[in-house]
Amino acid sequence: MKPAVLTGAHYITGDEACAEGALAAGCKFFGGYPITPATEVAERMSERLPEVGGTFIQMEDEIAAMASILGASCAGVKSMTATSGPGFSLMMENIGLGIVTETPCVVVNVQRAGPSTGLPTMGAQADMMQAKWGSHGDYEIIALAPSSPQEIFYQTITAFNLSETYRLPVLIMTDEIVGHMSEKVVIPDAKDINILSRITPKGRKDNFKPFKPGPNGIAPMPAAGDGYKVHFTGLTHDEKGYPVMTVEAQAIMMDHLMNKIRNNLDKIILTEEYRMDDAEIVIVSYGVSTRTSLAAVDEARKLGIKAGLFRLITVWPFPEEQIRQIAKRVKGFITVELNLGQIHYEVQRCAGYRVPSYLVGHPGGTIISPDEVIKVLKEAF
Amino acid sequence: MADINNTIATTTEVVITGFGGQGIILAGRIIGKAAALRDGKESTLVQSYGPESRGGACSAQVVISDKTIHYPYIRRPDVLVCMSQSGYEKYIDDIKDSTLLLIDEDLVHPGNIKIDFFAIPATRMAEEIGRKMMANIIMTGFFTAISQKISLAAAKDTVAESVPKGTEALNIKAFSKGYDFGLALLKGREKKAAGKIGAIA
Repeated sequence: MKPAVLTGAHYITGDEACAEGALAAGCKFFGGYPITPATEVAERMSERLPEVGGTFIQMEDEIAAMASILGASCAGVKSMTATSGPGFSLMMENIGLGIVTETPCVVVNVQRAGPSTGLPTMGAQADMMQAKWGSHGDYEIIALAPSSPQEIFYQTITAFNLSETYRLPVLIMTDEIVGHMSEKVVIPDAKDINILSRITPKGRKDNFKPFKPGPNGIAPMPAAGDGYKVHFTGLTHDEKGYPVMTVEAQAIMMDHLMNKIRNNLDKIILTEEYRMDDAEIVIVSYGVSTRTSLAAVDEARKLGIKAGLFRLITVWPFPEEQIRQIAKRVKGFITVELNLGQIHYEVQRCAGYRVPSYLVGHPGGTIISPDEVIKVLKEAF
Repeated sequence: MADINNTIATTTEVVITGFGGQGIILAGRIIGKAAALRDGKESTLVQSYGPESRGGACSAQVVISDKTIHYPYIRRPDVLVCMSQSGYEKYIDDIKDSTLLLIDEDLVHPGNIKIDFFAIPATRMAEEIGRKMMANIIMTGFFTAISQKISLAAAKDTVAESVPKGTEALNIKAFSKGYDFGLALLKGREKKAAGKIGAIA
């Protein structure tokens, strides 16, 4: 057996760092189907999982891949899959199953330009709304957006911790540029990595209610084979997990699924600020576009423009309250994202009509140039 | 507009271009890794390639800096390494007066350009040592000598750990051939410059 945590400095891609982050978080199962530009996550996991006592399975397609990680998680194992746009579309139904059955797992989307087959080898950030709304029905989701190989290592650990804490699929919405980019990744000692795992039930095994929330609002989750009788269904269910086709049962279940996230926003939402203290114009960005935005803020400051960056580490749940507060003290917002307007509309919604909100978007295939941001900074304000 | 990364004087932007299969990405990886893990600098490597892995146009973009690198793409390279004519034609309009241009002289024909360039028959030299696929390593050695952007020790160690097991010695030999060729070229130019009194060295 080799160590799951490869302590030391490495020069690896974002995809490889994602796999190492998963292993460091205790992931022991990967079910996937290869797709550019996410294949290297699977490739690394196929080499490394057997070394640490884990299991890698290449499934027949992405529908099965998503089903397999739900199954592995129900068996008590931390599980993950990685894909790109076309595969993400196929996973949508089973992501919904993961939400309603409250099954922890991590889904990585290394985004490429779409729609459909699009530009397989070139990046985009155009699946951000699909991440929020792609599966049918109402739900709350958690999605993270790393901007470098080092960040993807840590954020993959965070994704596992959040999924285990709140019992839901957590999405890592990275992109081809970060996924294929190489940079120094420093992996700390295993003892310095904070790992959270699901709470398992204690006590009597008869009359067990697998969906009855514990004191923290989340139901303890047994592993299949522990002896607790569980019933999992995609149908609306009660605390026993049995289907109940009533308006009341739907309301109770939905209340729980929504509020376990909405009541913990302060613990879930992660953001970062750069030169925001005296900022008059705030750039909102996430993922690879953070890098463009950091360069643009520095350049703008040299030109005497008081720009700052409000960077989303978790894109979902969206930091509505923070944007509302910032809107009270600034002249306006510019959202920088590698799509033609997705998170921009969230910023606009939360900023209201108090201040103007602009988009620096791009149809995808490359990174946005800082020059594009500077142009809007100069022209719009 | 000024280059964002270059507003920090200690930043070097390198583009390596050629065909898929020539080891362009590996050359970029060796340069970036040597800088980041052995020379104590920051570096980023981004790559571009088409749906076909081999035969298509491909490029590696490496940024090396003493400071955190925000923007990993390159608009005006400080060093441009060309191992294919199409790669050369794609990037030649992006160069500036100070750009160091390195070419495989059998594969790239520069025509009329305003800047000086450094030429090496890397692929022919690789064929002479019996491994055409090591042209990228020869070019990496040539880059190390001409550009001085990564240290010799860092480059050599990184080459040795980046190539398939059992081929280390031959790859180091290929690297040294490129490095020595580069040094000799530089020395020749110094002598020539010293001989011309009053000329700009």
